[in-house]
Amino acid sequence: MTLAGLAFAYARRRPLSTVLVVALAALGVAIATLTLVVSAALERRLASDARGIDLVVGAKGSPLQLVLAGVYHVDVPPGNIPHASLAWLRARPGVAGAWPLALGDSVRGFRIVGTEPALAELYGASLAAGAMFDAPMQAVIGDDVARMTGWAPGAAFAGTHGLAEGGGEHGENAYTVVGVLAPTGRVVDRLVLTPVESVWDVHEHHAGAGRAASPAPPDAQATRRSSADGVHDGHDRDENAGDDADRELTMILVRYASPLAAASLPREINESSALVAASPAFETARLFTVFGVGLDLLRVFAAVLVGAAALLLFVALAQALEERRYDLAILRALGARPRDLVFVLLAESLALAAGGAVLGIVLGHAAVASIGAWLPAAAPLAGAAWRPGAGEAVVVALALAGGILAACWPAWRASRLDVAATLAEG
Amino acid sequence: MFELAGIEKRHGAALAVAVASWRAESGEAWLLAGPSGSGKSTVLHLIAGLTPPTAGRIVVANRDLASLAPGERDRWRGRTVGLVPQRLHLIGAVSVADNLRLAQRLAGLERDDARVVALLEAVQVADLMHRRPGELSQGQAQRVAIARAVVNRPAVLLADEPTASLDDEHAAAALELLRAQALEAGATLVVASHDARVRPLLPHAFVLPAHAAAPRPA
Repeated sequence: MTLAGLAFAYARRRPLSTVLVVALAALGVAIATLTLVVSAALERRLASDARGIDLVVGAKGSPLQLVLAGVYHVDVPPGNIPHASLAWLRARPGVAGAWPLALGDSVRGFRIVGTEPALAELYGASLAAGAMFDAPMQAVIGDDVARMTGWAPGAAFAGTHGLAEGGGEHGENAYTVVGVLAPTGRVVDRLVLTPVESVWDVHEHHAGAGRAASPAPPDAQATRRSSADGVHDGHDRDENAGDDADRELTMILVRYASPLAAASLPREINESSALVAASPAFETARLFTVFGVGLDLLRVFAAVLVGAAALLLFVALAQALEERRYDLAILRALGARPRDLVFVLLAESLALAAGGAVLGIVLGHAAVASIGAWLPAAAPLAGAAWRPGAGEAVVVALALAGGILAACWPAWRASRLDVAATLAEG
Repeated sequence: MFELAGIEKRHGAALAVAVASWRAESGEAWLLAGPSGSGKSTVLHLIAGLTPPTAGRIVVANRDLASLAPGERDRWRGRTVGLVPQRLHLIGAVSVADNLRLAQRLAGLERDDARVVALLEAVQVADLMHRRPGELSQGQAQRVAIARAVVNRPAVLLADEPTASLDDEHAAAALELLRAQALEAGATLVVASHDARVRPLLPHAFVLPAHAAAPRPA
């Protein structure tokens, strides 16, 4: 029988308070773990999706909306821009690459992106099957799209209006899947890539003739506002059959030729054209400031739970100290030193705190895995589960510190016990 | 053996107990008698080094207790003194056998399961060794408490009112067990009791006066 064994025996002897303390600590640690893993996964995902994209150029509106729509594909774009903007941008000396995006339709909740084959390369995606599109109404689908729809090269589908499920179907224009991309872990996994011309064709057919030609950038009259409801977000109006110069795009992703371009190009775009240039890095940081408030609130809640567990532990130990005074006196009579009694109380407290911390880490990661598995939009979370990081180590350390703190006063009292007086009390 | 010389224990100005001189040899069995409140328990605690005397000198197993540092005194007590407290008070969170193992561990001794089993057999509770103390009868608990007190082969075995709640038959059995175990361990036995039934069963007695004045040998 060791002193640690005695500490465990005492903890087992008070099952209700032991379970309560462990459960409360576990809940706090689980919430802290959840916020840590979610925020880390979000940061990783946002950084991964924006990697290689220095600037998003689109219609006048919110820069954050531009980035959310163009980089993360989670928001509606603010409007359209002339197709001529692409050539204008590519001619800028600070631009190393520019990729057009024509948005507005989706299929089964996955966005159809009119673009160029080079967009797949921007995301480091290679073909897992089939070939890259080289004609209108051909589509290359991301890995998530292929898995969720079961489509393979040769499959045909019609897009629906808008960026969410439930829009009207462009039944008269069928896309043909010609290629499937290998998984990248980036946003392209959830996209359907097709030539820009496909989007023009679909909406030319849909909207009919009679559209006004788009003026060339950076004319202030060039951009078109999208509908407020997000359906057919800014691509299906004002599009005429005719030259590409008269067509429209939704936005353009840009990579700088050199870091120096970061200082001059956005300003040049914003001041000399009707376009807006938004930096994903800046807007993502701004976005995280907003997310951060919610995550901070959750962390405070978690800290309150862990603090409550420490308080409950303190009360339980203080109560146990009173109940065990005679036990402690007997232990001293049997040869225990004051520090042995301190050890027993500290070990008991630490065992409960450690139990709560370990259970909390397991629960937190199980919650992350469950959320990732149940919510397709949160799929990246599933991969983040069961990979404890430094953050969790800090949470465990804090929980253990709470355990030590809770035991300090009872342990000090135990070490100062008047053995003879306690035994004499009987 | 132990020796008390010029002992006084005060609580503030009040004299709790005084012992001018008392020497007991190894293997002897003593009754420490006196009415309630005469300081019998205090004398046992003084011999065990659980409380220091206000004045005087205590030597137990050839060690002057004043020469022992506090931490050293605790370990020394675990190895040298066996105590059977009045309420027995076994540690309820662990088994009967673990109560004895705990006494070995706290004294800084190696775990000796053979000794634990042999002792529990000797006091006729070996079949209860895995039970919790709360499952034992008063008589069984007392035998376990005696076994725990002698598990480290103490030089001095101290028992505080061991017959207080026992009938004649069980009181005699408890004293016989204490004497046998003390003899087996080669310990000096001191039984503090105001129970008149105990006096004829122990060959030596030391009586404390009611008013905590100077003691008188019986």
